[in-house]
Amino acid sequence: MSLVYAGILSHAPGITGRADLVPNKTVRDEFYAYLAKQRKDIESSGAEALIVIAAEHFANFFMDNMPAYCMGIGESHTGPIENSDWLKIEKTIIPGAPELAMRLAKSVMHSVDLAYSEEWQCDHGIMVPLNFLTPNYDLPVIPCNINCQGPPLTPLARVWQFGEALRQACDEQPEKIALVGTGGISHWPATPDSGKINEAWDRNFLDQLMNQDQINMLSYADEEVYQEAGQGGFEIRTLIATAAAAGGKGELQFYSAELPIFAVGCTVARFDLDH
Amino acid sequence: MSLYQVQKFLYNLNRDEQVQQAFSKNKNDVLSDYDLIQEEYGALHSGDIGLLYVLGVNGQILMHYAAYLQIEWFDYLQLMRDGIEEYGPVRAGIYTMTGGGEQFNQVLSADVGKEKK
Repeated sequence: MSLVYAGILSHAPGITGRADLVPNKTVRDEFYAYLAKQRKDIESSGAEALIVIAAEHFANFFMDNMPAYCMGIGESHTGPIENSDWLKIEKTIIPGAPELAMRLAKSVMHSVDLAYSEEWQCDHGIMVPLNFLTPNYDLPVIPCNINCQGPPLTPLARVWQFGEALRQACDEQPEKIALVGTGGISHWPATPDSGKINEAWDRNFLDQLMNQDQINMLSYADEEVYQEAGQGGFEIRTLIATAAAAGGKGELQFYSAELPIFAVGCTVARFDLDH
Repeated sequence: MSLYQVQKFLYNLNRDEQVQQAFSKNKNDVLSDYDLIQEEYGALHSGDIGLLYVLGVNGQILMHYAAYLQIEWFDYLQLMRDGIEEYGPVRAGIYTMTGGGEQFNQVLSADVGKEKK
């Protein structure tokens, strides 16, 4: 079949872990409602597997051996690595899709050097999205990581190539595949500035992302991103890769900077699939 | 300073329940596997979040460590702020990418100023 759904969503651990501490529960619940809609959209697409392009946070890889791109090809994955009471997500086993993942990996490798791993531990970067998108963990998941934590950071143009290669790989498969990219926009995660959000920067980037403005989207320098959007801004890579894979324009379904306790501008969007 | 070794220990601790069990039984045994200076050793032994942040530990590693220590979120943020006040700007790592870490002191000063007003 091919890619049948592409979208993006936020993944900050506070989205589940600090849900009860949110002062503005109306906005929180609106955000959750759009995440529920995203789950229904994925379900109604008939997806047989879900690719999650994430920015893992030292759950699997360290600076002794940090792949720029890695795909999880295991029979199953585990998570969360975090304390379950802290994240408010129980530790579980997530089904993988090893045969499909290997076919995808082999195809992507024609364009982008891709590592793959048969062992994958999920941190909040994947567990929070799965908590909303496949809460029963009954949809096979193929995790993909783009290193967004620190240098060497893969260039944005290369991220675009990765997204395009992943799309081509999906379109070569008989299965119906959904894809979500999950990363923050501007945020200063887990630092004293946690909760700070540069809404203007976010909205400008999201406008570029939704309109497939490739030239401007790929023009950001890491220094600039760090200054304007914090270390968390490096995670735009996951969103750019998803836009590249989708090919069509996006619909920003939800964005709010009014939930700073989640430490990120909360975002839900889906893309048209350019066939 | 061996920030790499500090972060490598925390990476292993955060993701491996066996390391967590070993660390809870005997911190010295586990920490002795890493090439740490005394300041780093002490910060890890005592769970000094503020000093670890100033030493340059990536927040994505430090946050998981704080969760392991069952430190509440707002306490975690405050401990980092207290660390900057006590030990000075961030000395190494990703947060010195611009401004040598001083930016966080500036932000902290601004926040403290607001609170005092």
